[in-house]
Amino acid sequence: MHPSPLLKVAGLYKNFGGVQAIHDLSFDLARGELLGLIGPNGSGKTTAVNLITGFVKPTEGNIIYNGQNISGLPPYKIIRMGIARTFQMVKPFYQLPAYKNMIIPLYSPRVKKRVGGKYGDRDAVALDLLEEVGFERDAFVAYKSASVLPQGYLKRLELAKAIALQPDLIILDELFSGLSLAEVASIVPIIEKLRLEGKTIIMIEHRLKELFRIADRIIVLNYGEKIAEGFSNEVMESDAVKKAYLGAEA
Amino acid sequence: MFIGTVLYAVVNSVILALLAIGFNLTFGISGVANFAYGALYIMSAYLSWMLLNLLELPFLLAAVISILITTLCGALMYRFVLLRVRGQALSEVIATFGIGLAILELFRYLGFVGFEYTLPVLIDHSFVIFGAYIDMQRILIVIVGAVLVIFLWLFTHHTSIGLAFRGIAQDERTALSLGINSDRIATLSVSFGAGLAAIAATIIIPLGSISPSEGYDVLIKALAVCIIGGLGSTGGVIVASFVIGFAERFTDSYISSHWTMIVSLAAILIVLTIKPSGLFGKQKELEERI
Amino acid sequence: MRNAQLNSTDSKHRRKERIDRGIKARSSDIFALSSWREMLYLAAPRCIPIVGCLMLPLVLGIYWQKVLLSVAVFALLAISWDILEQSGMISLGQALFFGMGAYTAGVFNHYFGWPPFLTIPFASILGGLISTVILLPVLRLRGIYFSMVTLIIPLMLVRIVEATRIFGGTEGLSGITPLPSKWLELYLIVGALLGALFGFRRMMGSDYGLVLKAIRDNDRSVMNAGINVYWFKAQALFIASAIGAFAGAFMTHVYMFVGMPVFALDYSILPIAAAVVGGPGTLAGATLGAFILVPLSEILRGIGGLRIVIYGLFLVVFIVALPEGIFHYIQRKYHQFERWVEV
Repeated sequence: MHPSPLLKVAGLYKNFGGVQAIHDLSFDLARGELLGLIGPNGSGKTTAVNLITGFVKPTEGNIIYNGQNISGLPPYKIIRMGIARTFQMVKPFYQLPAYKNMIIPLYSPRVKKRVGGKYGDRDAVALDLLEEVGFERDAFVAYKSASVLPQGYLKRLELAKAIALQPDLIILDELFSGLSLAEVASIVPIIEKLRLEGKTIIMIEHRLKELFRIADRIIVLNYGEKIAEGFSNEVMESDAVKKAYLGAEA
Repeated sequence: MFIGTVLYAVVNSVILALLAIGFNLTFGISGVANFAYGALYIMSAYLSWMLLNLLELPFLLAAVISILITTLCGALMYRFVLLRVRGQALSEVIATFGIGLAILELFRYLGFVGFEYTLPVLIDHSFVIFGAYIDMQRILIVIVGAVLVIFLWLFTHHTSIGLAFRGIAQDERTALSLGINSDRIATLSVSFGAGLAAIAATIIIPLGSISPSEGYDVLIKALAVCIIGGLGSTGGVIVASFVIGFAERFTDSYISSHWTMIVSLAAILIVLTIKPSGLFGKQKELEERI
Repeated sequence: MRNAQLNSTDSKHRRKERIDRGIKARSSDIFALSSWREMLYLAAPRCIPIVGCLMLPLVLGIYWQKVLLSVAVFALLAISWDILEQSGMISLGQALFFGMGAYTAGVFNHYFGWPPFLTIPFASILGGLISTVILLPVLRLRGIYFSMVTLIIPLMLVRIVEATRIFGGTEGLSGITPLPSKWLELYLIVGALLGALFGFRRMMGSDYGLVLKAIRDNDRSVMNAGINVYWFKAQALFIASAIGAFAGAFMTHVYMFVGMPVFALDYSILPIAAAVVGGPGTLAGATLGAFILVPLSEILRGIGGLRIVIYGLFLVVFIVALPEGIFHYIQRKYHQFERWVEV
């Protein structure tokens, strides 16, 4: 374990009405680590992300990021500290071209000054960022309206929006869902490149095969509780995990 | 004086609740904010008046007919106007507001203003309770208010249409997938809201007179109650009515009648600052919604 | 750029094809500077309203000059409404901003003797600030709360002024200093209108404006960029209410009077009608709408109260049948031509 974890979640609880969405969740995340968060549907993965990014307030518990307690802060403050996330349901601004969608994160106070503010500066940065995630510049994909782009590109746009914030921790909420194998295969190198740049990443995934190939560590959630934690293939051997996954299917 | 003030405060509160409950029902079920609400209220009163004075029907019959017509108008309004702009908050607000405006100003233009435009009380009788005079009509208002609330509660909890109402109110998409026709339910919700406005008018108008500006007043009062109580929450509406009703009546008796409006406005501003979604609001603040 | 529209009523399976005019395609590039025709194509839609507005006061008679004055005031209110609408706030109470500005200017002129050149800018800012602070709590909620609160606050303020008799009560404050000359009046308001129209159009087209529009479409996504949504909404609200307050302060000095009518429903409804008829989302549409509706209502003065009935119906008809408004229609015709093609 790294001496000072980048993110430390301790005894997190969240109740929605009477339902316990997250029950006593604790884990540490070292700098530069890629953590996979898996679990059956409704096991509280997305809620965990929402709690970390402040979109939902925890009922109880602490989230320490970079030595600061961020639980209960509004999302915009948390994101300014360097946590970026993608959403499972992508909702771009459909009437705008893809690169104009990037203006919003580039306007963020976190990166605003570094990008430059003269007319058109942000457009140029946006096009560069989009090229990095695979919007072919020669084919002018970035200029197409978001409403005509296929799901694969929308997911990449979502990823580019997170990268644009120059975060230290990126949380990817089911980035691969709804994508074809080829599309997933083309996004994996982007994630690996982010790791090389030293970013810390949390990935929520249902595509376990792809996840296990790149993740350092896996946490399995079920009914809001952590039921297993460990290296990629080890966790699937655990009885509790088998029961949760197979039991849910049976 | 104190007991009298309390009595009148209760009546005032029930009046406010009666005014707000229709607006709130429509919004709670289908998310339509019916800004034509005050206009429907006044329209039903004028309808009753016309049936009563021009066709010389008995009052009860005239009232029932006008309540039915207003209910139908609510349904037509949804079918022909709101259905086409469903889901676009801007258009819904402006369309209902425009309809309300047109109705109220048309009555004003046609010259329906004056003290002769009023409805008769059902039972002309008054008596003394604990040393305070109170007339039968006001007692009737309290009874009708209580009956309506109980009826609405039974309706939404124990009939299939009512359950469908609640289903739509909780999650439109899930309700759709269970075979509930959300357009029909929304039509019903708007027309029921209109019907409740008409019932309120029938019972409350005899205390005063019918005038187009009363339509705006009714809308203001309904909105104020809903903002304080929290949109879409029946319990909130009732509590908020009593809060405003008592506050208004007591400032009227003990301070000055000039201050009643300021008390309401202050109540709105205070509630909005402390808990923007209202006392019992189900609508969560931005941050809490995903 | 081709847009096609199916014509459902036609039995012979034709569809309407819209094609950008060649001149539009050429002039959206740097080559626009290569010919007078193209430069004119680009410049005309901007120059005609500017020159027109500046010339109008010279050619109009006294009566129509007054009408122009109120056209400009309502156009400013409509622009203010449109900025709010584009930021996701549907105001039903432009009268609040108008009245705040009017009363601030009136009070500072009447009680403290400030001259108009001080009160008008001061009232724009203070009036805007007061309105923003009043409405600040509502910004935390989505949806129609903003409409509800803006609708009832001006109507309640009327009652409060009436009941407490502050600032002249029902009588209002009269004897406010007028502006020094009629021409100054006219050109001040026309200049303000043109400045607001082009300035705020540019603002809404910039990255800042994009953020405001994005808040309307998907505030969650904006929040996820580390942007404080409330702060931006509050800024938009302040800009819009300051425009409204400016209009109010100006009218106080024109009428040399301020009183309860400044909170009247007219100042709320006519701007909305203008923006909806002209076409929301462009500011130019709102201005165009004011230039149509205000003179129309002067012509229809004879029918009195029926005017508001007509506005109400206008609102319903346009919002249901022609939600994009007149301006978008004209814009489309200017940039594209249409033809029928067999399918």
